[in-house]
Amino acid sequence: MTTADLIGKILQLVGGVAIFAAVVGLILFFIDKAPKRGRDVLQLIAFLAPAVILLGIGLVYPAIRTGIAAFANKSGEFIGLDNFVWMFTQPEALITLRNTIIWVILVPTISTVIGLAYANFIDRSRGEKIYKSLIFMPFAISFVGAGIIWKFVYEYRPEGRDQIGLLNQIMVWLGQEPVLWLQTAPMNTILLIIVMIWVQTGFAVVVLSASIKGIPAEQLEAAELDGTNGWQRFTNVVLPGIRGALVVVVTTISIATLKVFDIVRTMTGGNFETSVVANEMYTQAFRALEPGRGSALALILFVLVLPIVVYNVRVLRKQKEIR
Amino acid sequence: MTYTPVEIPLDDETKKEFQRGFNADGTKAARVKKRLTSRTATIVSLIIAVIWIIPTFGLFISSFRPEELIKTTGWWTIFQNPGFTLDNYKEVLFSSSSSSPQLGAYFVNSLAITIPVVVFATVLAAMAAYALAWIPFKGAGWIFIVIFALQIVPLQMALIPLLQMFTTWILPIQRFVHDIIPIIPEQSYVQVWIAHTIFGLPLAIFLLHNFISEIPGELIEAARVDGANHGQIFLRIILPLSVPILASFAIFQFLWVWNDLLVALVFSGGTPDVAPLTQRLAELTGNRGQEWQRLTAAAFISLIVPLIVFFSLQRYFVRGLLAGSTKG
Repeated sequence: MTTADLIGKILQLVGGVAIFAAVVGLILFFIDKAPKRGRDVLQLIAFLAPAVILLGIGLVYPAIRTGIAAFANKSGEFIGLDNFVWMFTQPEALITLRNTIIWVILVPTISTVIGLAYANFIDRSRGEKIYKSLIFMPFAISFVGAGIIWKFVYEYRPEGRDQIGLLNQIMVWLGQEPVLWLQTAPMNTILLIIVMIWVQTGFAVVVLSASIKGIPAEQLEAAELDGTNGWQRFTNVVLPGIRGALVVVVTTISIATLKVFDIVRTMTGGNFETSVVANEMYTQAFRALEPGRGSALALILFVLVLPIVVYNVRVLRKQKEIR
Repeated sequence: MTYTPVEIPLDDETKKEFQRGFNADGTKAARVKKRLTSRTATIVSLIIAVIWIIPTFGLFISSFRPEELIKTTGWWTIFQNPGFTLDNYKEVLFSSSSSSPQLGAYFVNSLAITIPVVVFATVLAAMAAYALAWIPFKGAGWIFIVIFALQIVPLQMALIPLLQMFTTWILPIQRFVHDIIPIIPEQSYVQVWIAHTIFGLPLAIFLLHNFISEIPGELIEAARVDGANHGQIFLRIILPLSVPILASFAIFQFLWVWNDLLVALVFSGGTPDVAPLTQRLAELTGNRGQEWQRLTAAAFISLIVPLIVFFSLQRYFVRGLLAGSTKG
């Protein structure tokens, strides 16, 4: 990087923010000066239009285009369901679908279970904050960073040499042979899933812990006076008390898992039978130059999250009615 | 739940005893705690915490070890094979030889992508959230629900057409700017900025709307009676009152953009002019996956900013997380 490059970058940063500030400032200034008649409408447009137009052009319209492109081939001709036939018949594509299903079953369940146990164990204990920070920290770092961290754990050295990856060292300590973990299917998919669990559990802990704190201490004491043991208190008092939070945690992690891309990309590139839908979508659309197939995969992703969207919208509308 | 304290008629002696008793026992929460946290629970949570921290810790230790030690011995043998060096960091950040990662440029890119996007998305979303909450019009409810639903649409759905649109409309403008001001490269940040801003808006509008719509209506009514229009209300009342949630969202957006790989891969073109750290890191793991002395240091450089943001602003971050998830 030369000094000229750096100046160019700073110029862009400052210039970009300045132009943006000027435009927003002008909008707010001019709606002040707008004629009395129709001022309310003008003000509404000034406030709402930038966001709505951006979302329309940048998200809604492209999503519809992708939906249509899923039924077209490389040169944009309509080919019916061929892309989907490819997806559900080609062995590689089937592995991708299978992996995505494994991911979306394992990650939300295991993260939530560990998160719930952990949140429950550390609740009101000494050093609760530190415990929470430690497990929450992976949530703040990038999937790429997490990928490198774990790739180092899974690193392989041939037998007889000193291992530098912790997992293979443990294998050696246990008297086993070291394994080329990331190249060995189907184990490698599980190992990638562990990375995602490592990242998402902290989120589960933070939300569930806040929710557990919302349970009145009286309920727990009353249950205790009734002679219940710890497990009974947990299933009969704590669990019903945090049902809402549990649903939020599971759905949020499920969506994040369906979209997972960076971990697979960084750790195996989708090779060795580890690809998932989101990664395959990128590979097909931007590497193999098959936008039709890429679009079809994106559409499948959308269909998979659709039930969650519908469910959430229904909950939201109910809440609005209560208000 | 709140309790109103009840004054019980007691003589001083008993009162003192009560106080002493409470002090010995601790508060109510402490008493519950004592019964609920068993020793097993403490041990299990300790084990989980240790397992969670070990991978990062190993990487951190390794990033300070000399190349030949990283490649031949495990980091847990640091006491048998001691060695400390800052060369790894020096090399990945500043070395200008073409084979080294040259992370300096990418670090600047990450900042130059992230900061403007946070500003753009927060301001636009605050304006839209205000309009949806406080400017009554037909269809406000529906627009809000659509925006909320967009939050969950995978951004993969938008990538291909958006890139095509950018190539048609934005690229000529970028070329034009490059011709006038040659110091700004043809491949500038504009595409990544716009893409990130768009993808951040749905969550932003949702979070901010939840907060802004709860601001007491009397405040806004009073301002209107005094003759303030929407612009003034927004600047003088809404924004100052919304600082906590604006901070929460800004942190979210900062981490999400800083950590993103997919949007960067599609819209940055991959040159040192635009590509952020994450993209460079992904490249390094692919091409030179065995150069652990570089990878460990490089990974840590990319982690340091999110970790600082996270640990210093954790309170706001958690608040935003809870506001977004318990209401959604």
